Amino acid sequence: MSFDVIDFLESLFKLTVADYLRQVFGVPEWIIDVVQIFILATFLLLNVLILIWLERKLISRFQDRIGPNRVGGRYGLLQSVADALKMLTKEFITPSGADRIAYNLAPFIIVVSALLMWAVIPFAPGVVGTDLNVGLFYILAVSSISVVALLLAGWGSNNKYALLGAFRSVAQLVSYEVPMVLALLIPIMLAGSMSLQRIVYAQEVWYILVVPLSAIIFLISALAELGRTPFDLLEAESEIVAGYHIEYSGMKWGMFMMSEFINAFFMSALFTTIYLGGWRGPGAVEYPLLGLVYFSIKTFLILFVLIWIRGTFPRVRIDQLLNFNWKFLVPITLVLIMAVALIVKLLPDDVSSWVLAAVLFMANLAIGLGALEIFRRSAHRQRQAVEAARNPGTAPVAGTSPEAHSAPASAH
Amino acid sequence: MTVQQVVFIIISAFTLLSAVIVVTDRNLFRSAIALMASFLGVAGLYILLDAGFLAVAQIIVYIGAISILIIFAIMMTRRMMQTVESPFNPRPISGAIAAVGVCALLIFIAVSTWPDVEAANVSDIVLRGSVSQMGRFLVSPDAYVIPFEVASVLLLAALIGAVAIARPEKDS
Amino acid sequence: MLSDWQFILLFSVIALVFPGAPILIAQLINPKKPNPIKQSTYECGVETVGDTWIQFKVQYYIFALVFVVFDVEAVFLFPIAAAFNQLALFAVMEIILFVVILLVALGYVWRKGALEWF
Repeated sequence: MSFDVIDFLESLFKLTVADYLRQVFGVPEWIIDVVQIFILATFLLLNVLILIWLERKLISRFQDRIGPNRVGGRYGLLQSVADALKMLTKEFITPSGADRIAYNLAPFIIVVSALLMWAVIPFAPGVVGTDLNVGLFYILAVSSISVVALLLAGWGSNNKYALLGAFRSVAQLVSYEVPMVLALLIPIMLAGSMSLQRIVYAQEVWYILVVPLSAIIFLISALAELGRTPFDLLEAESEIVAGYHIEYSGMKWGMFMMSEFINAFFMSALFTTIYLGGWRGPGAVEYPLLGLVYFSIKTFLILFVLIWIRGTFPRVRIDQLLNFNWKFLVPITLVLIMAVALIVKLLPDDVSSWVLAAVLFMANLAIGLGALEIFRRSAHRQRQAVEAARNPGTAPVAGTSPEAHSAPASAH
Repeated sequence: MTVQQVVFIIISAFTLLSAVIVVTDRNLFRSAIALMASFLGVAGLYILLDAGFLAVAQIIVYIGAISILIIFAIMMTRRMMQTVESPFNPRPISGAIAAVGVCALLIFIAVSTWPDVEAANVSDIVLRGSVSQMGRFLVSPDAYVIPFEVASVLLLAALIGAVAIARPEKDS
Repeated sequence: MLSDWQFILLFSVIALVFPGAPILIAQLINPKKPNPIKQSTYECGVETVGDTWIQFKVQYYIFALVFVVFDVEAVFLFPIAAAFNQLALFAVMEIILFVVILLVALGYVWRKGALEWF
């Protein structure tokens, strides 16, 4: 076959460029892989600039102000470019006594692990980096590696505050990995595979409609894993200064910020893939480009939700954060796993997926409301105990009282 | 020299080098990091052996959980930055005898069985390496369900034991 | 199946370029004026007093410990979940037994007060 521009454009439209190039030029597989990786990684890095601008604009609108509006026209479109250029010209101030290898390795590892997770996300039917049969498991492994990067950064800085910040970060990340991992078990059970492409194919009914509680738990744990509000106490100005990246300056610090945004975008993409049907939509199978469009729309929607949450909720203290995780999220997720497993097996095999979806939805609702009720009662009892201790001899106040500040935000 | 062999040599060298650093480095924290690196190398070796699930499980459990536990334990029992120790054993003679003995045993085993080893007659099911196969084996009564349930009891026991030892004292 | 992982290997090698390039560019064009005051470790504006030593709370260790247990549990549950479609009802009972034992473990740790962050 010889190269034909029309055919090439058609393959671009059908997202089969790799096959076309292989047919025409006989390009070996690994070169195509390299090009794909370059395109993906470059897109992700440039996307970070867009995301930073988007977040700043949205947050400022939520806070009733305008946000960047000088650099690059009326909407400040080039603001992040200007910030990136500024960061490039800042000096690398290495603290004295820092462990060279650990200090310099940490920004690399954290960005590489943020990028590596994208290798298994399906963007359109037939378009996926590599469809590992342990795709979802692989994603968890790579996020474990980014935890290591945190420790390297904290310890390599030769600063006890950085080290302490790193430990607190690790405690938070490691705690919230448990409900995330357990919540992800449920879509795997429903789809019968850990491969992300198969999970998308299995979603005749989007899983957010089938197991909404699992989606909510995943979203909350993802927020904590990303270190975003309401779980961003490690970046707060009043907390242990800047945490584990306090001794980094210029572009090395920029790497930490970049990994944070890539991770936020990734969690949105993962949520879309697992719970919102990924690239699914009317006409996505015949026209793969449409699949890509649907995927992007859904991902940005979830990203908007993440930014919205940031603009809405107050920050949570670290003891509230850990209590919420181990005493509320983990038990409820375990109960949910058992309930879903039981229901799926108790219903007859040939029941339609919509009926199954409806039953599971009801069960999720019941478990969620039941858990909230139990939690509210126990919080009420705690409040009464505190009241009784403070005013001995006064009868405890029965009936409703305004929610105490110590109740975690998502219980409302 | 196929690509696979080159990759194998690189990964093995990386693993062995990290293992040497674990044992000889004076700074405890650095040896913990080298331990993580050697776990990563082992995961790479699992991938080369077509055991994808095992490699990923290795990373999640060993690097993501156990190494962090080890680092926290180091931090808890040493002053924060004062983690420098002498890496060498105070009893070199008995250590040397033990090391030479183990090495001789391993060499003997390898040499005596190597010429007769042939590729094992592995059934097709195992070679296709399906994760759902493993899942089915883990819960089927004539396969591994007993070890599976015993594992949960073991985890319960480990947690109870560790909490009993490490529990924070009730503040006076 | 090995070819799947080849992609990952290629990806990790190439992905090293992407943090490397900005850092390299920055290294080439940024000023280099080291002086001992700039390079002293940050301590909220005051000089470092004494060794770098702080009390390490045992809570960190306990949370890491509980995490190890639940991580191993998750590693067991993943292949079972992947095979879920082909399992009988009896298998669900076994799963429930497994999860209940670990809920008991969590309950024990909770009761013993080891989940408090002081």
